[in-house]
Order: sequence, then structure tokens, then C-alpha cells
Amino acid sequence: MTNILDVEDLRVQVEDKVVLDGITFTLRTGESHIMFGPNGSGKTTLLNALMGIPPSEVTSGKIVLLGEDITGRSVDERSKLGMSVGFQYPPEIVGVKLADLLKVCLGKETRSGFSEEENALIEAFKLTEFLDRDINVGFSGGERKRAEILQMMLLKPKLLLLDEPDSGVDVESLKLIASEIQRYIEASGSSALIVTHKGDILDYIRSDHACILLEGKIHCFLDPKRIYEKIKSSGYEECVLCEKRVTANWESG
Amino acid sequence: MKNGLPRTGKVADEDMLKRVPHEILEEAYKTGIDLDDATRSGTLFHVDQATIYAKVNAAYEGKIELMDTQAALQRYPWLQDYRLKIVDRGKDEFTQRVAENFSGGYFMRILPNAEVVFPLQSCLMITERGLEQRVHNIIIAEEGSKAHIITSCLQHFTVDRASHLGISEIYVKKDAVLNFTMIHHWNEDTVVRPRSAALIDERGEFVSNYICLSPVKDLQMYPVAFCNGDGAKASFNSILYGHQGSCLDVGSRAVLNGRGSKAEMITRAIARQDARMIVRGMIEGNTSECKGHLECRGLILDDEAVLQSIPELVARKRGAEITHEAAVGKLSEKEIVYLMTRRLTRDQAVSTIIRGFMDVGLMGLPEALTDEVNHIVDLVAEAS
Repeated sequence: MTNILDVEDLRVQVEDKVVLDGITFTLRTGESHIMFGPNGSGKTTLLNALMGIPPSEVTSGKIVLLGEDITGRSVDERSKLGMSVGFQYPPEIVGVKLADLLKVCLGKETRSGFSEEENALIEAFKLTEFLDRDINVGFSGGERKRAEILQMMLLKPKLLLLDEPDSGVDVESLKLIASEIQRYIEASGSSALIVTHKGDILDYIRSDHACILLEGKIHCFLDPKRIYEKIKSSGYEECVLCEKRVTANWESG
Repeated sequence: MKNGLPRTGKVADEDMLKRVPHEILEEAYKTGIDLDDATRSGTLFHVDQATIYAKVNAAYEGKIELMDTQAALQRYPWLQDYRLKIVDRGKDEFTQRVAENFSGGYFMRILPNAEVVFPLQSCLMITERGLEQRVHNIIIAEEGSKAHIITSCLQHFTVDRASHLGISEIYVKKDAVLNFTMIHHWNEDTVVRPRSAALIDERGEFVSNYICLSPVKDLQMYPVAFCNGDGAKASFNSILYGHQGSCLDVGSRAVLNGRGSKAEMITRAIARQDARMIVRGMIEGNTSECKGHLECRGLILDDEAVLQSIPELVARKRGAEITHEAAVGKLSEKEIVYLMTRRLTRDQAVSTIIRGFMDVGLMGLPEALTDEVNHIVDLVAEAS
């Protein structure tokens, strides 16, 4: 089995403050990994650093995607290489319609239409009536997340980076987007790194690997549901004290 | 550039259009003019100081009238009652010059209760270097009528120095609906002074769309809509793009005199390089139960540009509700990066955002016009 992502001793700062202090891990092709962590632990910073999004600034270390060092590559270059990010708080862009953005994801001209299959997927995400609306303007939390995940499905990435896809989402929307993510991963053999606060998404995403990001470092257990139960019962404070640390291939050390 | 056309101010023969050089037609196409009868109800061409073509599509005979203004004044003595009624000839030196001597212009009349599905169009073009084009346009939307008009004012790309002075008077009578779109296309050496006014009667609705995306040396305009009838509505929508060396002072004013009258103004302005732009808007509420809203959004894309937004609200009666929003800012880096995560390069992301900022959807254009206007906006957004 090949590695889709190798992160080697990554150090990341945001506006002169060190947030990630030597992160090393590997994601294998076709696997989904869950990442827990308290607020401010650096989860979003890590995803932004992987995607090359400011203000996360890599000061040392390497990010290797499918064997290619992408540490210095631009956001769009990483996207074209198959990396995709689902934002926790995607921006509103006045004047840019959802339909236009979906066509961008498909690589289509603005004036072209959607195929029957594409229309069916848009309808499955319950976004047909939103096509002529400005992206995310006035959208509820669930609508934003559905629009975000639908775009990712159309991009057909090899690696999905999902920043709290289950936060600010109603139950029905969560079931919809999480099921679609799992269906896509199974059908395409792609990989995912999913940041979450809650365990709700674990009801839909099959994963054997989870970790916790704490104080700029990764701590690791193997089973996501067990680790979530541990966090619920003992809190993150106990994780700080725990001796177990992740190794590159996600086995507890 | 001379095109060998007669300069008598008389309407030329219908086949005169065939004698118009192809390169003139090509320029006109760039500003939304379409010579296909199937998508237009009537077409008028005024080149330099003469109207060279004016024709109503056969399907609309009896519903609209379209001819040169001078010809119309000769044919209809009653039209003198409409001339210089709502634009004061003494307003400034430009109105005085046009009032004293104008070459022609377009007269458009939509007959009572006529519904005109396809737009009426006119093209006022300058092809002579150094020309001061002076035109007077009169539009009458009779009671209960509905129509769209698109008019383009431009100079041929081979012409450098020129000026365009115009008076436009628009009458929207009881229960009439008129959507009027004006596209300007000049260059960095042109002086432009349009003076426009609209008078709107009971339940009449007037939508005025203005688009200027080309360079211009000095453009100053401040059209006014008098909503005199009860329930009268006026909307002004503008999309402006200021280039290197351009000065634009563009605004609109709505005077709400009729009970229950309404006005809305929406402006999108982009200032680049060393452009100087002033965007004005005034809504005056002179009656109870009137409402108005003014929105101006501007983007400054270069450090040398200046963009000034001046909204003014005046309420003279209790019950007048008038609001405004104005914002001037820069492109959002967050939005640019977001689009880059969707595989767009930075330049493509910027073009997409600018294209969306200049959204013509707010103009209520019919399908026959939307594609042409979108194409004009696309070209500018890509060049950004």
C-alpha cells in the first residue's frame, strides 16, 4: 500500500507564533483518519499548512503528496495535484453563483449546463434551488456544509482534508454529507483526514485510525470510537499526561 | 475618420445601413447592438451628426415609433411640449450648447398598452476625430406600455479626441414600465456630459441601467428621476470601471413626490491604476409613505486610485423611510484563496470575483440583452 501523504517534522507558525512544533505522520492511500483536539490546538492550522493557505506558514519540515514534495507549491497547484479542503467557515462571495462555482469544480465553462448525473448529485445534496444564489450568502450552516462537500465531490480529489464537517450542521445534513463522503471514498479509493470535535461523524465514516492534536504535537490511539469515549470521559487534560505518541504509521508508540 | 455619410440631420434611407462600413458595425456589436431583427424590435443609428438608419421591426408596427429627434419634432408639433420640460436648458454650459444646436438623436415612443417583448436599440457613435457630438433624445412610454430599451454611446477605436454632450428626457406615464439600459464605450481622451431626467406618473416604473467599463478622460453625469405619481418607482443600477487616466463623477438622484413612491439605487464601482472616481446618490423623500434605498459598493485595486462615495438622504415629510449602505474596500484574500482551492490560479480567482462583483443580474435585463452585456463584463474581468 502506498502513502498518499507524508508529513515530516513540520513546524508551522501563524503571525510569528509557533503553533505546530514538529508534526510527523503518514496517511496511506484509501484510508480515512480522524483528528481530535481542543479549540486552539492547531487543527485548522495544520489543514491550512497542508493546503498552503495563509496565514499558516511552514518554517521547516516537508509535505510530500504521492511522492512529490509540495511544501513550496501554491494553493492551486496542490489542488490540481489532488488535494482538496472543506472549510469549517467557507466565505460568502457576492456575485459568484453556486452554479458557477460548481462548474469551476467540474472544469466547465460558465455557460455550459450540467449533465443528468451532475443534476442528480446536486439534487441529492438538496441544492438545486440554491444554484442561482450567491455562494454561501444567507446560507444556513447545513446549507453551507452541503455546498462545501458537494464541491469536493465534483473536484474528485485524491486526498480530502475536512475541517469539522460536523460542526454547525443539523442532523439531517450531517447524515447526508457524511454518507456522501463515505460513498465517494469507497468508490474512488481516495483518502481523508477529518478534523472533528464530536463523534457524530463516526456513525458514517469508516475509520480505524484516530489521533489527538495537543499543544502542537500529535498523540495517537488506534480506534476513533475508543479515543472519543476517552476524551468524553477524561477530557483532553489526561491526553497531555499520556505517554502514548504517534509514530509515522499511526501506531501508538 | 469620415464615413462619407450625409450630414444633413435627415433620416437616411433604410438601405443606408448597408453603406455603413463594416468596422463601424463591428464597434457597435461590442456594446450590445444587435442587427438581428429576431431579437430587436427597432434599431436607430446616429453617427457623428446624422441619423443614418431608423427602422421598426415589422412585427412592432403600430406599437412603437422610432425616428430621429429632429424629424420627430417636425412631424409632431406637440413634441415641443416635451422638449426641455424636465431638463433645464440653463442648467449648465453643456445643456445650453445642446439646447441651442443639436444634430439629432433618438425619439422613441411606446404606444399605449403596447407590450414590446424585444428591446428597442439605438447606437450613437463618433467616427470623426475632434467632434463635439450634441444629441437630444426623447422617450415617451405611454400609459400601460411595457418595453426595454438599450442604447449605446461610443466612439470608433480609431478616433482619439472627441466629446459627447447629450440631453435625454424620459416620460413614463401612468402604469407604464420602462427598462432603459445605456452602455458607454469611450477612450482616455473623451469628454462626456450626458444630462438626463425622467418623469414618472402614477404606478409607472422606470429602471435605468448604466454601464461604463471603458477608459474615459472626463465623464460627469447625474440623472434624476421625478417620481411624481402615487406609487411611482425608479431604480438606478450602475456598473463602473475606472481605468488609467480616467475621471468619473457618476451619480443619480430620485425625488419622491408621489405618495407611496419608491426609489432604489445600486452601484458597483471598481477603481484601477490612477483612476479618480466619485459615486453619488441622492434620494429625497418629499411625501409620507415613500421609501428609498441606496447601495454603493466599491473596490480599489491599486494604490494610486481614488474612489469616493457620497450618499445623500433627505427626508422632508414624516413617514419617509430612506436608507443607505456604502462600502469601499479591497479584494478579499480569503475569497481569492478559497477559489484557488477550487483549482483556479490567482489571476483566474481575481477575475471570477471581479466578474461576480459586476453582476448584471440586478439590472433585470431580458434574455436578449443579458448575454451581450455579460460578454462585455467578461472581457473586462478577464483583463483585470
